[in-house]
Amino acid sequence: MSSEQILIVLATAIASATPLVFAVIGETISERAGVINLSAEGTIMFCAMVGFAAALATGSVWLGFIAAAVVGALIALIVAFNAITLRQSQIAVGFVLALLFSDLSSFLGVPIVRIPGPTVPAFPLPLLSELPIVGRLLFSSDVVVYASYVLIVLTWVFFYRTRAGLTLRAIGEQPNAAFARGADVVRLRYLYTLIGGALMGIAGAAFSLDFKAGWSFRHTGGYGWIALAIVIFGGWNPLRAAFGAYLFGVLQSLASVAQDQFQGVPTQVLNVAPFALMIVFLVFTSAGWLDRLLMHAPAKVRRRVLQALHTAPPAALGKPFVQD
Amino acid sequence: MDVELRHIHKWFGAVHANDDISLRVRAGTIHGLLGENGAGKSTLAKILSGYITRDSGEIILDGRLVDIRTPTDAIRAGIGMLHQDPLDFPPLTVLENFMLGQAGRRLWLDQRGARRMLASLAERFHFMLNPEAHVSELTVGERQQLEMLRLLALGARVLILDEPTTGISAEQKTLLFAALRQLAEEGKAIIFVSHKLEDIEALCDEVTVLRHGRVVGTVALPCPAEKLVAMMFGKVLAEPSKPHTTQDDIAFELHDAVIRTELFDLHIAHLAVHRGEVIGLAGLEGSGQQAFLAACAGVERLARGTLRINGQDMTHRPYRDYLAAGVCYVPADRLRDGLIPGLTIREHVALRAPRGFFVDRTYTQQLAEAAIRTFNIRGTPESRVEQLSGGNQQRTQLALMPSPLSVLFMEHPTRGLDIESTLWVWQQLIARCQQGTAIVFASSDLDEVLRYSDRVLVFSGGRVSPPLSTTALTVDQLGHMIGGKF
Amino acid sequence: MAVASAPQAHPLAAAYRLVAVVAALVLLMGLVLLVGESPTAVFSALIGGAFGTADQIGRVVNTLTVLLLCSAGLVFTFNAGLYNLGVEGQVTMGAIATTFTLRLLGDVLPAPLAIALSIAAGALGGVGWGLLAGVLKVYGRVSEIFAGLGLNFIAQGAAIYLVFGPWKRPGVASTSGTEPFGEHLWLGTFGRTEATPVGVALALASLLFTIVVMQRTYFGLRLRAVGHNPRAADILGVSSSRHLLGAFALCGVLAGVGGALQVVGNYHRLIPTISGGLGFLGLLVVMLAGFNALFVLPIAFFFSALNVGSLQLPLVLQRVDSSLSGVIQGVLVLAALIGRGLAQRRAGGTA
Repeated sequence: MSSEQILIVLATAIASATPLVFAVIGETISERAGVINLSAEGTIMFCAMVGFAAALATGSVWLGFIAAAVVGALIALIVAFNAITLRQSQIAVGFVLALLFSDLSSFLGVPIVRIPGPTVPAFPLPLLSELPIVGRLLFSSDVVVYASYVLIVLTWVFFYRTRAGLTLRAIGEQPNAAFARGADVVRLRYLYTLIGGALMGIAGAAFSLDFKAGWSFRHTGGYGWIALAIVIFGGWNPLRAAFGAYLFGVLQSLASVAQDQFQGVPTQVLNVAPFALMIVFLVFTSAGWLDRLLMHAPAKVRRRVLQALHTAPPAALGKPFVQD
Repeated sequence: MDVELRHIHKWFGAVHANDDISLRVRAGTIHGLLGENGAGKSTLAKILSGYITRDSGEIILDGRLVDIRTPTDAIRAGIGMLHQDPLDFPPLTVLENFMLGQAGRRLWLDQRGARRMLASLAERFHFMLNPEAHVSELTVGERQQLEMLRLLALGARVLILDEPTTGISAEQKTLLFAALRQLAEEGKAIIFVSHKLEDIEALCDEVTVLRHGRVVGTVALPCPAEKLVAMMFGKVLAEPSKPHTTQDDIAFELHDAVIRTELFDLHIAHLAVHRGEVIGLAGLEGSGQQAFLAACAGVERLARGTLRINGQDMTHRPYRDYLAAGVCYVPADRLRDGLIPGLTIREHVALRAPRGFFVDRTYTQQLAEAAIRTFNIRGTPESRVEQLSGGNQQRTQLALMPSPLSVLFMEHPTRGLDIESTLWVWQQLIARCQQGTAIVFASSDLDEVLRYSDRVLVFSGGRVSPPLSTTALTVDQLGHMIGGKF
Repeated sequence: MAVASAPQAHPLAAAYRLVAVVAALVLLMGLVLLVGESPTAVFSALIGGAFGTADQIGRVVNTLTVLLLCSAGLVFTFNAGLYNLGVEGQVTMGAIATTFTLRLLGDVLPAPLAIALSIAAGALGGVGWGLLAGVLKVYGRVSEIFAGLGLNFIAQGAAIYLVFGPWKRPGVASTSGTEPFGEHLWLGTFGRTEATPVGVALALASLLFTIVVMQRTYFGLRLRAVGHNPRAADILGVSSSRHLLGAFALCGVLAGVGGALQVVGNYHRLIPTISGGLGFLGLLVVMLAGFNALFVLPIAFFFSALNVGSLQLPLVLQRVDSSLSGVIQGVLVLAALIGRGLAQRRAGGTA
């Protein structure tokens, strides 16, 4: 591949990864607070439809994003109510919502299938976009892409440098201990689940109003599931999760390059391949294998390695908070 | 700060956990709260710290009525509590734990300020804490020190400690007591919750004794121990003394074994347990006793060495072979490891005694009824185990032990049980020994270890002592060994 | 992640369920009104679409057989505490294995034998794919949810590859699938409908098998023990890894047979979306049934009728998409979950 091709692959990767970045950061926030929002597949798909419809109706892409965020938060509210207030299985309700809202997006989205609509205007950043390579790669797209950069950094700063971020990590880890320190676990879990859902909604709108520019049936199929996998791959750390999203973007953009290279392989296979590959990645980086490999290492080495690659999920992830 | 509680009531379902409790603690004193397990001490402590909400009653601080309903209320009123199981965050660092929940409305974490404050507070009480270490690497005693410093940094003027001497070393206990005396001298009120007489006697100025959720009385210390015992139990109970049950042949043997835990490798050169013998495992919790028991029982693997049961080499054999050889493992956390919440007593009994392919309802019903009768379980065959009380869960675990039984590995046989259940459990265990069962058990209650063991293994700092005969051991010696001196 | 335990009996539980169902129906009517159609028209179109002709009833029965097989299999994994989202891939792999066998042996062996062997091959394909998820779960400690989703993507990729690649129709490759098999390789049917007696027999036998195993045998009891608390089960001598693998294998077998029926009974060829989402739908069926095999049949029948009936919707009513069936199913299960949660909260809230 020439350097020009590499640049194109990377630029496409960033563009295609941007919606995913919103989704994985949203899910990371929600899971760090202890709530798995397994509805991602349905939320993203439905909000892609809602965002596009709202933008179409109002003529404003930004109102489209807002509508998508609100609807995403509302779906997350169902998850939160079930998980936090009713203390039911988060997996069950999330899965049902994933299927339900996928179908609902088709059911309600019939009138707006494949019609032209507003998209986010391109906006190369002055000065920055003129930098060699980096300028074209990172700073020559649009506001939504730049917002995703800011979101990644802000989330990281929030998690590790602010008091509220420390509390967020605490309620997903040991909610009882956080409660004893004065944290209102129930309210905070609701809050972060809703924020996570809103970001997933924005992810949906980023598909239909930016990256894919339009809506049709099951347009974002598979992205929600992959977002959930990337959160695990990212070890519940926003930077690593974002890296995972970009890695997926690279796989996708390589798959589209490969279409020219391997004429024999059907396009449809290459379209599915990144999804399969990403999950294979996840499987092979999961801690289980590592533990086994390290079984025979001396205790000290084992501890170091595990600490360095520490990707244990939040201890209270998926568990209801029962004040004892 | 002076603390006064008036007519506190708390119900848990049908259980009256706190029944009209009133007491006063003066600033500058250490006030003991004494009672056996289940007397209502922890409930009262949690009410005062806002962790649970009282049903009725008044809390008065320095003469002012205060309504404490949440931990935030308590923290704001200057009350801090050290819970029995440290309520902290093992994956986070010491510094992060210290900062978590500190007052103020600032957005940013002030790492530098917190580090300075932690260092100066630690120095005052001669605690050694590395701010960058993860709490998961700390001992129970160090986690307690951290939590205490955190509460002081929050400005606590009343400090409640719930069973703080369980699972800490002798040195840490000395350090803790010195710190508490120092705090009392500074004018803080200390409430020291314990079921251990000697700790109360060594530390407190006054003690309030609770029994069955009620106040029996408050007395100034020193006071004769017999009087406190009588107040605690109402009557003096005779402890069963363990008869000599050790036989000549060896039931369980370890040779040159290495047992791997998350933090260290335990080496055991040689251990031979005789039939009918009781071996107690003493040490701070998390010193490897659990890994030791799990490996000996075949639940986990030995990293190295050989293991024999009744002379038969069992090394690296699957767990079901251990079961077939008459090994039984009874874990400490009954609902997490021992029993299956959601399943009934009948279903538990059926799991343990499968017969044929289809489950015969009448047959399993009879088995369950027999178990309930023999083991005095308060429940029916169709009671789900999570509906039973702690004592009845433990009875169910004992009912699930197979017969005949060669070696029993048991964690905390009587944790959380009232005194009568405790005595009953040991009666059952001793009866097993008389039939030739060898018992290896871990307990953080040194009295229990000394009273019932023939020999003791001390676990400390990633090492295991050679077996020591209990005839020549005292609680003090044991305490020092747990601190690492052997 | 443990699957939620079965709901506790409570006098108000039935009332909450009823309220939940009513709320679901009101919500659904609202949605239909929202797209500008009358609920009664939609209702009669659904009924007509599902039961209007013998042909349609036959299609309902065929959908039901596959759905029952998936649901019966999922009863095992749910009771073992597993969210076996890989069931879709297990259906697909079953279908691929069946197609492979039929292509290989269809013209060599007598047709009944070839069909029987191909169904057996379907079972093998499903069990292999199920066990793969099981091995990842048990030995790799990969959540069965993500292992399953990943394997679904791979199975789907494999089906697409075969349909567009090596097994493509002479001349054109298209989403309509591989070249259909000769009619001698189709399963016999009830009269002139598409419903196959063999499929019905297999599905009902599987369901009966599941009910008996779960309610009457030690294996079923052990599965539930592992599902509720794998660690304690291990200590009590019930090997959790074996039973988890057993549940994956059983579910794989049944889902694989379901995939085989899709090929030999329904489509008579391999198509890219051969599972038709019936695996995921099976998850909804078993959730709505509260993991109890006894309730699977009526729910599965209702869901199958919805699936088939909704296909007619866009033809009869322009504004209503066939995805309405999925919406109805989703809303009902969601309402049931919330109703169950409210009832449990009511039962435990006062303690």
